[in-house]
Amino acid sequence: MAVKAISEYTAVPNDLVENFNGMQLLYVHWQSHIMFCAPFALLVSPDATLPEVFASHIQPAIAPHPESVKVKYDDIQWELNGETFKPNRTETLLAQGIDHKSMLSMTTPGLNGLYNVNF
Amino acid sequence: MTATKKLNLKQKYQYLTRDMDWEPSYQKKSDIFPHEDFEGIKIVDWDGWEDPFRLTMDSYWKYQAEKEKKLYAIFDAFAQNNGHQNISDARYVNSLKLFLSGVSPLEYAAFQGYSKVGRQFSGAGARVACQMQAIDELRHSQTQQHAMSHYNKHFNGLHDAPLMHDRVWFLSVPKSFFDDARSAGPFEFLTAISFSFEYVLTNLLFVPFMSGAAYNGDMATVTFGFSAQSDEARHMTLGLEIIKFMLEQHEDNVPIVQKWIDKWFWRGFRLLSLVSMMMDYMLPNKVMSWQEAWEVYYEQSGGALFKELARYGIKPPKYQDVANAAKEHISHQLWTTFYQYGQATNFHTWIPKEEEMEWLAEKYPNTFDKYYRPRFEHWEKEHKKGNRFYNNTLPQLCQVCQVPVLFTKTEDPTAFSHCDTVHEGERYHFCSEACGEIFADEPAKYVQAVLPVHQIYKGKCGGPDLPNVVSDHYHINIGEDNFDYVGSLDEKRWNEIKGIKPLNKDNDAA
Amino acid sequence: MSQYVFIAFQDNENARYLVEAISEDNPHAEIEHQPAMIRIQADKRLVITRETMEEKLNREWDVQEMLLDVISIGGNVDEDDDHFILSWN
Repeated sequence: MAVKAISEYTAVPNDLVENFNGMQLLYVHWQSHIMFCAPFALLVSPDATLPEVFASHIQPAIAPHPESVKVKYDDIQWELNGETFKPNRTETLLAQGIDHKSMLSMTTPGLNGLYNVNF
Repeated sequence: MTATKKLNLKQKYQYLTRDMDWEPSYQKKSDIFPHEDFEGIKIVDWDGWEDPFRLTMDSYWKYQAEKEKKLYAIFDAFAQNNGHQNISDARYVNSLKLFLSGVSPLEYAAFQGYSKVGRQFSGAGARVACQMQAIDELRHSQTQQHAMSHYNKHFNGLHDAPLMHDRVWFLSVPKSFFDDARSAGPFEFLTAISFSFEYVLTNLLFVPFMSGAAYNGDMATVTFGFSAQSDEARHMTLGLEIIKFMLEQHEDNVPIVQKWIDKWFWRGFRLLSLVSMMMDYMLPNKVMSWQEAWEVYYEQSGGALFKELARYGIKPPKYQDVANAAKEHISHQLWTTFYQYGQATNFHTWIPKEEEMEWLAEKYPNTFDKYYRPRFEHWEKEHKKGNRFYNNTLPQLCQVCQVPVLFTKTEDPTAFSHCDTVHEGERYHFCSEACGEIFADEPAKYVQAVLPVHQIYKGKCGGPDLPNVVSDHYHINIGEDNFDYVGSLDEKRWNEIKGIKPLNKDNDAA
Repeated sequence: MSQYVFIAFQDNENARYLVEAISEDNPHAEIEHQPAMIRIQADKRLVITRETMEEKLNREWDVQEMLLDVISIGGNVDEDDDHFILSWN
């Protein structure tokens, strides 16, 4: 719907990928681990592979959680923007559709957080 | 010589406001008041506007001056008698840090907002009410700063509120709220601020902070609160009047007003989540729980109000059921968030004491012991081991309310109520369906939002490391303003004031 | 079904007179004392009358003086030289 305005009103989105100096935003949510109060916001290279991003960004992000040491990359079940997703180990993020401001959701079977409340 | 009769209240008001107005003879009304029509609100007859308080400028100055004299006398007495030493505990001061950086700048924004719309209405009654409110809001901004300035001499985190309001990550929540309202047209501005904020939700801001001050020995803030509340009574009547006026003037206004009520109830509710955690976690002496406050000040009071408005075809706000259900959760979820990002806040955070957790368990019998006590006990253990938890990764923010996407589904408080959309090739994320709907109604507004986390990643906040952002860009003094209350300079100062000797390493009193 | 109007004001020297006057003119009103504040609620209508207040205070009183002490109100306001009325329709 158009914004009601006093003159012609157009807007440029503030967070286009070109504003991020060759990098892109990627959100990662570790399901059932609400110790982390919200999904992570990460700045990553679109040319990185997912295993690289896992090592450089995701593992450090989840490290404070006691279950993080048990997380194995190969056992992770992924969703990309709400759809089941089977990532490729060698393709870049961008090449396999993990584009700017995409959200990856990680489920780690058998690891469902602490205290029976997905903490 | 005939004695002149004294004008009665209604006559004086008529002469000094309405009768100072005139019909333009050589300019078009639509040129003098160019912003009245674009929102689609139809006003048939401005004479339908009722002025409940009928305050003229001479009365205004007289009563306001009297309030100011009383107020500043108390500020002086407070400062001269070291009133800051009489508060319950220095943890209380952190609620003032949140207030000064989060709320006081909104008073100033309101001053600017009402000044602007006070020029936009062709009805004299509305102009007068807005102009007086503009001065009231400037007064509130000033008196709040005076009330809290004494604390700035003795505690950390209060030193640069205006800059922090403009830059610090969590303060974009209140800032964007008012920017949204001020960039709207005059009728939406009044619906957003006068009605939704100053009438429907006002007690959920004022009672927590002002009663919180009273219960925790903060005479300066209590006195400010009472002094401001008599202004607020006038603001509340403006809110009720604008809504009834718009609804009575033309039936075409009803769906427009309904949309605004839905939007601004939700934006106000999200803004108030900061207050929920303040009530439940930041007051050493508790007033009431957020849940109790919500039940009294929204569910009951709002119920009576929307019953009144039903005759116009207005329904209660669209997502109110979600807000009502969330009353058992949001304070705990917000404190969780600020606890883990306490390295980047201008106020301290801490784990609640055992007796506080007992109070929380009693007030939240369905949720606290099951979902929230375990995490606080976990983090307390970690802190004692030397691993006080800080989340070192930036969070995803909601594109509309700009709060981290921390809110959960009504049916599952362990699952985020995140949703997203693609608009003109770009993806946007939201904390809830309600925020997603606000975006969908006016996407051009929100695609421009300045999200603090994204700004950091663009390199616009210095850094690139978070500590440098915090100190250089946010002006938060590392090791003074931030981190846990336990071990802070504020705690040390408080112990000195109270003559409490800290325990030494072997747990013997020194 | 009840629909309460309410007024809350500071518990200071003026409060006693307001409570006395309001109680006299509104027998159905409920008075509640809270820390530093008095809250009065009534079903559908509440009136503060200048004449009653002047009788209690033993001096002339302006209805608008009440603005100095009021904290919060709920209901439609009607104010003139002689009355301050809160009501729901």
